[in-house]
Amino acid sequence: MTTRIAPLAWLVLLFTVPLWLRDPYYLHVAITTAIFIIAAMSLNLLLGYTGQLSLGHVAFFGIGAYASALTTLGFEITLPGGWQLTHEPWPPIVGFPISVIVAGLCGYVIGKLSFKVRGAYFVIVTISFAEVTRLVALNWVELTQGPLALNNIPPYGIWLPGLGVYDFWDKTAYFYLVAVVAAVSYLIIRRLVNSRVGRAMVALKDNESLAVSVGIDVTHYLVLAAVVSAAMAGAAGSLYAHYVKIIDPDIFLFIYTVTMVIMVITGGKGTLAGPIVGGIIFGFLPVILRSFASPAVQWIIYGALMIIIVFVLPQGIVPAVERFFERRRARAAAAAPNPDAVER
Amino acid sequence: MQELLQHLINALILGSTYALLGIGLTLIFGIMRVVNFTHGELYAFGAYAIFFLESSLGVNFFAAIVIAVVAGCALGALIEYVLLRPLQTADIDTTMLVMIGAWIVMQNTELLYWGGVSKAVPTPFPEEPLQLGPVFVSWLRIFVLIVGTALIIGTYLLIDHTKLGKAMRATFQDPATAALMGVNIKGIYTATFALGSGLAAAAGALLGPVFLVTPTMGDLASLKAFAIVILGGLGNITGATLGGFILAFVEELGAGYISSGYRDAMGFLIIIVVMLFRPTGLFRQAERIG
Repeated sequence: MTTRIAPLAWLVLLFTVPLWLRDPYYLHVAITTAIFIIAAMSLNLLLGYTGQLSLGHVAFFGIGAYASALTTLGFEITLPGGWQLTHEPWPPIVGFPISVIVAGLCGYVIGKLSFKVRGAYFVIVTISFAEVTRLVALNWVELTQGPLALNNIPPYGIWLPGLGVYDFWDKTAYFYLVAVVAAVSYLIIRRLVNSRVGRAMVALKDNESLAVSVGIDVTHYLVLAAVVSAAMAGAAGSLYAHYVKIIDPDIFLFIYTVTMVIMVITGGKGTLAGPIVGGIIFGFLPVILRSFASPAVQWIIYGALMIIIVFVLPQGIVPAVERFFERRRARAAAAAPNPDAVER
Repeated sequence: MQELLQHLINALILGSTYALLGIGLTLIFGIMRVVNFTHGELYAFGAYAIFFLESSLGVNFFAAIVIAVVAGCALGALIEYVLLRPLQTADIDTTMLVMIGAWIVMQNTELLYWGGVSKAVPTPFPEEPLQLGPVFVSWLRIFVLIVGTALIIGTYLLIDHTKLGKAMRATFQDPATAALMGVNIKGIYTATFALGSGLAAAAGALLGPVFLVTPTMGDLASLKAFAIVILGGLGNITGATLGGFILAFVEELGAGYISSGYRDAMGFLIIIVVMLFRPTGLFRQAERIG
């Protein structure tokens, strides 16, 4: 019974946010938080379910943002050999699927290459990929405008029957859009991890040699996870680009990967709700902190929190809360008198 | 030709400090199996320490370098004692997350205390560069090369010819057996981290006056140190030394002849290429990855 009602209640709560969060600033925070939660959920697929600490995740977020913005704004580049490649601006809504596809393809290539190594080496290779994409975005000025940034990225527009083209200028409308993408991403991840694929991932996280010995094609599943994860991060990047309407190479900074990692670790890696809980905490924490703390102090608090979480709640908040309730239920069951005894 | 010589001599000087960074990280990485994200911050700490000692306390340049290195060792020992010792049984990902947290705290503390504006460190060396045939080298850079080389040799002597070095090598090979032979593993870990941190601080104290001191200078230093360690192979000191010089030559020549914008990308490209084709590093025969 509760398993049917609970998801519905969460959905209702999610979609009524603009009704009780009237302040435009808070709504803005809610939108960026939701975008980062999508990115954190996608990272969790790699970090939590396959156990690979990918610290280059922001690359896919940034690639998605740039792919979407460039599709929308158009570009003209000279290829080696004097070839001219001109792309006329396309409608912004096309940028969304393109960002998903481009980020997914990058996930495939980078995954194929990076999963040749494990552990510390994997971490460093993924960071390197992210840094290289940042430096390309910074230096390929003809395509990306480099540090000048891509400006005036138009909002998405969808064609509605009878209404014509509707542009997402409005924050409330944008929140709903992001919420729909977030809900779909959540469902995809839930479907994936509860399937054969998800069980294979968990198996190889727990014991890779054993998983291989029973015939699980490790690289296949890892690359699959990387593609889904990258595509989802790309979608988040596209949502971000068309929301803030300006992107520059700083979008690739390592600190954003760290933000996503903190969200996943705090909430609980390898749990469906973990990135959401962590995302809400670290999405809204700046709102509380900014009244008395400068950005540097905020970051010091984040870093300290990260250390404390690893020491105190190594599994994250969600598993800790689950365990607490389980223990209480068990205690309640033990303490409750025998129903037969109550009769008398 | 003259341009090439100039690039080579610059690379040699840069390489000596990169080698210091790499040796420090490869010791920590190899002996403790900790991916040390604070390494670059120790480098930045060394640079800020010399700036602070000279500008605010009026300490002599040469004394300031010595104090910066000693303070770097002390800070490293503190980090190890507080953050890593309780996590000795934890897996590599857990310690990595803690080190990332520590890195964020350290970098932003520097930002908070010294602000975001780059600082120039005054030096006692004459402005007039030394002319060596067709190339010009500043006296400061010569000093950096000499001190850097001396520290590299010193580290070699420490590792190869002292009891501490022997214990470190034993711990690197097999911590459990080393412990059975009476090596104080915990002490070795602290000493290793302090030594590695001191070398990073030395690199920062030497390069800080050459370039400018900024709060984010540690980020690239960390990642370049990773590149050097990967290039040389895990825990391989000779590999790290050569790796430091190779990275410096690739960067310097890449910036000079390909594109200066991609100077900092060279390290990452090296990481990616080495990992894909020779994941054990250039100078090592067999080491299990993972």
